Amino acid sequence: MRRNSMRASILALLTALLLAGSASVLAANSEDDFKAAYAAAEAANKEAGAIRNQWTTTAATLAAAKKAAADGNFDSAVAASKEAEALAKASIFQATSEKTLWKDMEIR
Amino acid sequence: MRSAIGFAFAGFVFAALMGAAPAGAADTPNPPADAAAFKKFFTDKFPKVKLEDFVNGPYSMDEGLYRQWQEKEQFPPYEFSVDMGKEMFSKPFKNGKSYADCFPNQGIGVRQDYPTFDTKQGKVITLELALNQCREANGEPPFSYVRDEMAALTAYMAFTSRGKPFDIKIPDDPRALEAYQKGKEYFYTRRGQLNFSCATCHVQSPGERIRAEVLAPALGILNAMPIYRSEWSGMGTTSRRFTTCNSQIRGVPLNPQDDEYRDLEYYLSYVSNGLPISGPGARP
Repeated sequence: MRRNSMRASILALLTALLLAGSASVLAANSEDDFKAAYAAAEAANKEAGAIRNQWTTTAATLAAAKKAAADGNFDSAVAASKEAEALAKASIFQATSEKTLWKDMEIR
Repeated sequence: MRSAIGFAFAGFVFAALMGAAPAGAADTPNPPADAAAFKKFFTDKFPKVKLEDFVNGPYSMDEGLYRQWQEKEQFPPYEFSVDMGKEMFSKPFKNGKSYADCFPNQGIGVRQDYPTFDTKQGKVITLELALNQCREANGEPPFSYVRDEMAALTAYMAFTSRGKPFDIKIPDDPRALEAYQKGKEYFYTRRGQLNFSCATCHVQSPGERIRAEVLAPALGILNAMPIYRSEWSGMGTTSRRFTTCNSQIRGVPLNPQDDEYRDLEYYLSYVSNGLPISGPGARP
């Protein structure tokens, strides 16, 4: 009886691990995910360029995303693309808020 | 009752106008007041430094560095550039004309007048841009704004102007005042991932160290241009200095001599009016 219940527990554990494993495989990013994330990041960086305030780190992170995708590592490529988009959006926020904030630093 | 309402309305309008007036006045560009406030800020911050010594950048802030610099000046590291610039300046273009034909006083002792606002072109003309316009007008290709040739030409022209006080003029043209104001805005605007403005280093922190370097004060900072930088092992133009500053704070630099950089040079030079040209300079 005890042996049977132990077998059932091990089986349940193995099933759970298998399910978890397959779930993580399902969650892996595809090339299409990368393309969508990269396009969003590139668009944000282009907007930063239009207001003359791109950051070098955005460009470097975009390049890292492209390299990871070329190596077939789409999880890293998507993560880097999202980071690049966040950097680009931060640079846009900076340029927008500095339109008035620069006056705080002015020598009068 | 009607007169009471009218009186109250008039009072409201008066109060609104009074409230708006100071804000409007503060936003109206006033270059002479800016220049006076700029000089006062630095002379108050560094009461031991003579006004004309601010052109010596970090050397005016640190006694040890000052002594090193005086020794360095015995055999100036920028001398090769002045010699090269002199030779280039006197060599005629293929059409027989030369740089001297493009500048007042044949280009000798005129550094203190640049940048200037050209009302015909409707924009700020820096010395670097004027040199390239001269070349192109005479059928020669323009030089890179960040390479040795441009540094040499400006080094020679600065050398012939040493001791002459900066004399930047803002003509009675709204475009000139707008360029000045845009230059001021650029100077104080934070940019790059490090969130630094030009003023972060050169107004808030002159005399302080950033890594191994002593930061120069903004007052007189362009009087010494171009400069030989030991860090670069070579000469650097104003364009090189601006673009490098931008990338150091993790901002993508603009193209040399873009409107923003020329306007910035106009503003920074104007607020240093009266201080002597000391270029070419040498920096750690």
